[in-house]
Amino acid sequence: MSHETHEHGCGCGCHDEKTNPYEELTPVLEKYADVPGSLITVLQKAQEIYGFLSFDLMRTIALETDISIAKVYGVATFYTQFRFEPIGKYLVMLCQGTACHVNGSERVEEVVMETLNIKEGETTADGLFTLNNVACLGCCSLSPVMMVNDTTYGQLTPDKVKNILAEIKEKNHSQEGQK
Amino acid sequence: MKIVIGKGSCGIAAGANKIQRAFEEIFSVKGLDIPIETTGCIGACFLEPIVDVFDDAGNKITFVNVTTDNAREIVEQHIVEKQALKDLQITEADMTMIGKQKRIVLKNSGIINPEQIEDYLAVDGYAAAKKCLTELTPEEIIDTVKIAGLKGRGGAGFPTWFKWNAAYKSPGAVKYMVCNADEGDPGAFMDRSVLESDPHALIEGMLIGARAIGANEGVVYVRAEYPLAIVRLQNAIDQARESGYLGKNIFNTGFDFDLRIKAGAGAFVCGEETALIASLEGERGMPRLKPPFPAQKGYWNKPTNINNVETFANVPWIFRNGGEAYAAIGTKDSKGTKVFALTGKIAHGGLVEIPMGLTLRDVIYDIGGGIKNNKEFKAVQMGGPSGGCVPDSLLDTLIDYGEITRTGAIMGSGGMVVMDETTCMVDMARFFLDFTCKESCGKCTYCRVGTKRMLEILTRITKGLGVDGDIELLEELCYKIKEGSMCGLGQTAPNPILTTIKYFRNEYEDHIYNKKCTARSCKALLTYAISEDNCIGCGSCKKKCPVQAIDGEKKKVHKINQDLCIKCGKCFSVCKFEAVLVD
Repeated sequence: MSHETHEHGCGCGCHDEKTNPYEELTPVLEKYADVPGSLITVLQKAQEIYGFLSFDLMRTIALETDISIAKVYGVATFYTQFRFEPIGKYLVMLCQGTACHVNGSERVEEVVMETLNIKEGETTADGLFTLNNVACLGCCSLSPVMMVNDTTYGQLTPDKVKNILAEIKEKNHSQEGQK
Repeated sequence: MKIVIGKGSCGIAAGANKIQRAFEEIFSVKGLDIPIETTGCIGACFLEPIVDVFDDAGNKITFVNVTTDNAREIVEQHIVEKQALKDLQITEADMTMIGKQKRIVLKNSGIINPEQIEDYLAVDGYAAAKKCLTELTPEEIIDTVKIAGLKGRGGAGFPTWFKWNAAYKSPGAVKYMVCNADEGDPGAFMDRSVLESDPHALIEGMLIGARAIGANEGVVYVRAEYPLAIVRLQNAIDQARESGYLGKNIFNTGFDFDLRIKAGAGAFVCGEETALIASLEGERGMPRLKPPFPAQKGYWNKPTNINNVETFANVPWIFRNGGEAYAAIGTKDSKGTKVFALTGKIAHGGLVEIPMGLTLRDVIYDIGGGIKNNKEFKAVQMGGPSGGCVPDSLLDTLIDYGEITRTGAIMGSGGMVVMDETTCMVDMARFFLDFTCKESCGKCTYCRVGTKRMLEILTRITKGLGVDGDIELLEELCYKIKEGSMCGLGQTAPNPILTTIKYFRNEYEDHIYNKKCTARSCKALLTYAISEDNCIGCGSCKKKCPVQAIDGEKKKVHKINQDLCIKCGKCFSVCKFEAVLVD
């Protein structure tokens, strides 16, 4: 990391830790160092590893790739895939495609918000659920649809949604209990 | 004997993996050694999960809407005891839905195993590429595509040969072949299905195109939301490279071509070709002025040709069967077939591929089985956020680029969302504007600010706060935004509003002047009341009401206090006696 440009005690955190907190990213940065136009790919890999793009992480990428921090931030905020806050253990993705809208996704959204007591983009206080609206998930025949992590749930009704969320909570609770 | 399970994204969402595990378990318990294979999506989404059972002679029996319980029945009664199990099988009617289609792009979808190049080779795969590389000159390739009359299937409908020719004629040693697989239309999944079900058809189409324009490098820009498509395409690229269909000296002709995937990061505007190029270069995906066109200055300022997935997937068929054979299908101006994602309030939703020249009615009623739950057809939305709503009176419109454009909608990439009497057209316009407003890249003021203002007006109308002059103001903004925007996103963003005003002006007027939503969809405009005739005073609505707006003694007619009612509709859904009325 090029620290020369920063004064000691600059407050940015670059001097605080002697070890590189983003060690896992090093092979990614090396792999794409000579491939022009790889910023989006690097950001995607970084998000895969760390779950979200913190300001510190984006600054590290900027310094390592010699791209200005303004540009890294500009590119990251342009695309909906990138997140800037940590997410909950379960990411609830509500499909907002046309077919889902026509088949009542709004009701589904209301019930999810009511049950989890969070709004779009927020995470529950217990860190369990994050709610995200997404563009079409592409299984329009099952609309309205939501995805929780890797599982797709289709033909949703308010009651079905409540049950699904309760089941996940229950399952998580018993898993935690076993630990 | 073998069984084949349809495992596109939609099949998996419907439970295909669970079904596969069920079969594996039953097979292992019973000690049966029957291979389970994977195929892509046949397009009949409403029948998923679909399981084909092949007997030793190769005869196929198709089971539909299979559950884990059915899996046991299929093994015990069909496979072991040789019973037909007719009621679990696909019906004649559903077979005709598939039979009425003309399959070129989806020819192999749901039939071959997309993860094995051998399956693609067995159906004449890469024979067209071999012919193009070993027998035809670039001019002859471009000429054949011209004779076929293939137009870009991504939405704009630009002649493919013209683009190829421009890139071919463009001077320079380094050129690029790019595939736009950034299928961003909400309600469209044609390209995803091709990538998941027949990825080699795309690779072969790109190889032929690359040979025509003289490109040695290709990129497929795929939506990041399509993880399975990326996995299957990467696998296909690796196999094609191992088998010599990609890489150096393909078919010993000295021609080199290699392909890689670039995952998009979620931006609808990247479907516009100059924005896509910016995104490929790692920038914000913002469009730029044309000319120069990508054929002159594209990816890294080199001549670049961009087509979408479906366009490329047509190409191998054209060379196997001849340009004339392709041109024989369709209408004067629109040749070949088009794949549509038929969704919404349709009985048989899924992917359908039809010859150009059928009517919308043919597609919705004959192939799609009409409207779900015996409701009344209201409109079909074509072209997503860039398209428009076509009403009942125009259902006999031919599927043809020119004809569809004349209705105010566009052919688009193939989204066809069917709406019934319960869909509010003002809300539909609001829905699409909400989408384009979020997806506007912000470069042009008219698009950035204009879509926002239109969204505000539409939201106001759906909330019952519309005022006299709103319709005219919307129309004025629509025309200005069309003129003042640089790229297709802004130029077409007003289409959903213009078509709904054109065909459903009365709904706008009802909202604004009568404060009524005839589709009973705009919450703010609804009134809930309890019918004295039907209410038995059971009290379930009273119990369910979150704001204690319902009053009444047990066994006596209840009443809703309109001042407190928040119109959540819970009383309506809980009442078993149809006593809650909505108006």
